[in-house]
Amino acid sequence: MEIPRHWRLKKQRYALVGEVCPHCDAKIFPPRDVCPECKGEAKEPFAFSGKGEIYSYTTIYEAPSGYDSNAPYTVALVKLNEGPMVTAQLTDVDAAHLQIGMPVEMVTRKMRDDGDERGMIVYGYKFRPAGLIPTS
Amino acid sequence: MTDIILAGLGQTDVGEHWDIGLRELAFTAIEAALNDAGRLKPQAMYVGNMLAPNLSRQAHLGALLTDFAGLTGIEAVTVEAAGASGGAALRQGYLAVKSGLVDVALVVGVEKMTDQVGAGVEEALATAADSDYESVQGLTPTAQAALLMQRYMYEYNVPADGFAGFALTAHANGAGNPHAMFRKAIKLETYQKAEPMSAPINMFDAAPPADGAAALVLTRRDLLPADWPHPLVRIAASATASDTLALHDRKDPLFFEAAYLATGRAIKQAGITLDQIDFFEYHDSFSIYAAMSLESSGFAIRGHGWKMAADGRIARDGNLPCATFGGLKARGFPGGATGVYQAVEAALQLRGQAGKCQVTDPRYGMIQSLGGPASTAVVHILEKI
Repeated sequence: MEIPRHWRLKKQRYALVGEVCPHCDAKIFPPRDVCPECKGEAKEPFAFSGKGEIYSYTTIYEAPSGYDSNAPYTVALVKLNEGPMVTAQLTDVDAAHLQIGMPVEMVTRKMRDDGDERGMIVYGYKFRPAGLIPTS
Repeated sequence: MTDIILAGLGQTDVGEHWDIGLRELAFTAIEAALNDAGRLKPQAMYVGNMLAPNLSRQAHLGALLTDFAGLTGIEAVTVEAAGASGGAALRQGYLAVKSGLVDVALVVGVEKMTDQVGAGVEEALATAADSDYESVQGLTPTAQAALLMQRYMYEYNVPADGFAGFALTAHANGAGNPHAMFRKAIKLETYQKAEPMSAPINMFDAAPPADGAAALVLTRRDLLPADWPHPLVRIAASATASDTLALHDRKDPLFFEAAYLATGRAIKQAGITLDQIDFFEYHDSFSIYAAMSLESSGFAIRGHGWKMAADGRIARDGNLPCATFGGLKARGFPGGATGVYQAVEAALQLRGQAGKCQVTDPRYGMIQSLGGPASTAVVHILEKI
């Protein structure tokens, strides 16, 4: 796996850092430097709260290489409270209990590994139902 | 303005060609197209392909295929736009011939998807999505379509078997296509009992990845010999548009903006209205994409695209026949070759050479090639003249 590529995305992956547009105040994730609302330059960092709700979801059984050992797993489009939508896996939830509109919150989890016990592990954001009581 | 004519048509069977390599597959289609075109001499080749660098570890198909076909020396490049690669290659061929810089162009779509199976294929297909923000989450194209279908069914109250009409139509039409991967009609119960893939998508909502190659010879009308044997089919319009790569970046995920834009441009270019389209080859990689394509292109209002299939309006005897040779679902989905297959099939319809798949006396056929969830849309309108 490409180490620099995952390293340079660490702020987005671990802290959900996007941007805020200095012209129209739109919140932007993933960062893209050109505001999708007003097309002005937007490079001001902005940390998202990690709260949102499920726009849609599904479960993957036939997974790509690097993910197949975790299958089946559930992915969702999560509408963040600040506006943007993200694609993310859901965790700590039974897929049978999911529904559109369910509030969720970001957590940091292992995304994939390269199958080598000394290899790189990629961590990043997933979402779980909001307000879960932490297990001991 | 000079008409651009589809002078030669060629296609291989779509399926699992474990005994045929990428180059041989493409060559079969190229030879068929050149023979159909009375051996016109191509000056350029545009190759539509999506996955060869990944699944066959083979890039540089322009040089490979011209070399293998005995055409070394001519201009040749690959055009890539994921599942829309074939449509995008056709547009490049059209632009080249229309500009006058190229007299005869070969457009070749080729894909070999079945040499690998399982996780390797899913990983290759996932390269068409946003690698940093979608694929890293383990998202696959099937799951991407499932996310849209789930939301669509929620917003529009679609019954569980609401999308069955797309698979039923595709398989009924595929039964008449000798090149189709599946040549057997299916029953509603077959759809209802199908294994789920990524719910709500089941086996019959998703087109099967397949091997295949199709080829076209394009030239200007005035360059055709006087004794030209085929009915003339011209490209009345060629248009393309892009949308956000990632689904999550769209304000309105249930609308294919690129399909809307490309269709609008094409209709304007052809100087016709949408109701003059006699048949429509949509990109039914997933049944939800067929429904959204019907809506985004203007054939159905929002939330009603699935009803066109359920009510039989897209059947061969309906008011807008779709997937007339089986579409991606029954003909099969040979990745970046798909858009070229669509053009070959539409041209056969307009020539009146569609055999058992023939729709009644069409004049205008529209084909739409989509990359991912319409992150790219390419639309061509073909006309019998």
